[in-house]
Amino acid sequence: MTALQTIASLVYLLSAICYVIGVHMMRSPKTAKNGNILSGVGMIMAVIMIIIEIINDGKIDLGGWTALIAGLVLGIGYGVIKARKVPMTDVPQLVSLFNAVGGGAAATIGIFDYLHVMPSTSISLIFSIPVVLDVIIGGTTFSGSLIATGKLSGHVPGKPITFPGAKLCNAVAILAMLAAAVLVIGFPTNWWYIVLALGASLVFGLLMTLPIGGADMPVVVSLLNAFTGLAVAFAGFVINNQVLIIAGALVGAAGTILTLQMAEAMNRSVANIIAGGFGGGDSGTSGAAADVPVNVTETSADDVGLQLAYAHNVMIVPGYGLAAAQAQHEVAELAKLLTDAGINVDYAIHPVAGRMPGHMNVLLADVHVPYEQMKQLDEANQMFPNTDVSLVIGANDVTNPLARESGNAISGMPILDVDKSKSVVVIKRSMSTGYAGVQNPLFSEDHTKMFFSDAKKGLQEIIAATKQYLD
Amino acid sequence: MSQQLYTNLAIFVLSLLVGFEVMSKIPATLQTPMMSGANAIHGVVVVGAFVIAAEADNIWFYLLAFLCAFFAAVNVSGGYTVTDRMLGMFTKPKASSSNKNAGGDKQ
Repeated sequence: MTALQTIASLVYLLSAICYVIGVHMMRSPKTAKNGNILSGVGMIMAVIMIIIEIINDGKIDLGGWTALIAGLVLGIGYGVIKARKVPMTDVPQLVSLFNAVGGGAAATIGIFDYLHVMPSTSISLIFSIPVVLDVIIGGTTFSGSLIATGKLSGHVPGKPITFPGAKLCNAVAILAMLAAAVLVIGFPTNWWYIVLALGASLVFGLLMTLPIGGADMPVVVSLLNAFTGLAVAFAGFVINNQVLIIAGALVGAAGTILTLQMAEAMNRSVANIIAGGFGGGDSGTSGAAADVPVNVTETSADDVGLQLAYAHNVMIVPGYGLAAAQAQHEVAELAKLLTDAGINVDYAIHPVAGRMPGHMNVLLADVHVPYEQMKQLDEANQMFPNTDVSLVIGANDVTNPLARESGNAISGMPILDVDKSKSVVVIKRSMSTGYAGVQNPLFSEDHTKMFFSDAKKGLQEIIAATKQYLD
Repeated sequence: MSQQLYTNLAIFVLSLLVGFEVMSKIPATLQTPMMSGANAIHGVVVVGAFVIAAEADNIWFYLLAFLCAFFAAVNVSGGYTVTDRMLGMFTKPKASSSNKNAGGDKQ
């Protein structure tokens, strides 16, 4: 080891320590931001060290510099601009997009190194096995994450896409992937095999993600995130770089645990989600299939405004429909109107409200809702008996009292006890069922009134009506 | 088994175990930022882009190195910036001022 190699190894070790401690700090809201910064500092150290190493090495030529700098400048420009400009409602698809390119980069490294050393006849298993794993996992997450991005942003239909023979195609893709893997390892002199492995893994990623409903996408994105971590770790084996191995394995393992916890919070199992074909994706946006309402009382914006203006304690229950309609500005405006008039306003936030666990908190914080008004499940449930009006906006399953009973799709899921408040107003597009496909008896209770509208438009009307009564 | 492979394998397995251990129960509020933060960390693949760019010696390899550098740069720069923006919202208990410039930009 030269002196520089020794320093480099120690710097990479230090940056790996930054990632581990950074992730550790991100488990608590107080230290999370600094944790992310620490992990970023580790990243900058690693990048500076590799720059010093390749300059000192002197092997890189003009073409290499051009390719590297052009790629970095374009990539950083695109990434930073996207990340700064994205509205908070669109964060899930952006994370998925960043994950896709991470997988793509890992796969590219595998292909590059394989093609680069291929002419030499003595390719060992130690080299070819990590290459194959890197390319296959990276390719799968690349195409899979792109489909997930499309589904979350609406470019690809959110509902499960299945077609006759889908299972057969899946099986063929898996077999082709395995066959290519064996060929690459067994006959490492034909570059077509690595291309076949890449192609099959891209097709497999596509087929794996298409049949999964839009509302399950967050769990899928998290799972693919863990996959990318593994692909990066195998890329580290390929180029014999330990910081890639450590960081990749860390993300692979931590991402797996996070995926399991997300699935648990949504009351689903990962296997069940991957099997796909369940649920309708963006529930409520279809508006079709409205069963004949059973004894529900409809109300108007005017009535809701009157009710709110004369209440003492109001609880807002935001859900997926609010996130989908991007109505967070309107809800904050209504809450401010009421607060200014001396009415107590709080938000009851279910752990999985919004588009992914914790997403609703981010959305509301973005429109400057005070942190202390956001009540988590347990706290909110203690407050419902003293609540005059619960305003449910685009939420369904998380308020369904049937969860307390056994024998249905949502049994045992923790819910918000909206039905215990004195009166309930539900803003919803139609009577269609929520994601779980279960009717919600809350809607037909005596103290519940339904206001059928898009969340954004409905809230605007309610704000106008409330203003009249407060003046 | 070579010494090098053994070292790499040991590092891989132990890092997996660290990953499992460091990730205990995460409050639901932090699950989305945590996913985004982990996503930024695998942007370390950018180090690999430098390594292959140094070895590239014809047009096809230049193209692959370019593609890899572009992908990895998007991952690492975007990942840290968007995570920082998200977490910036949790640290301001009384968010009354605009915090649009919360992206403490690290490439």
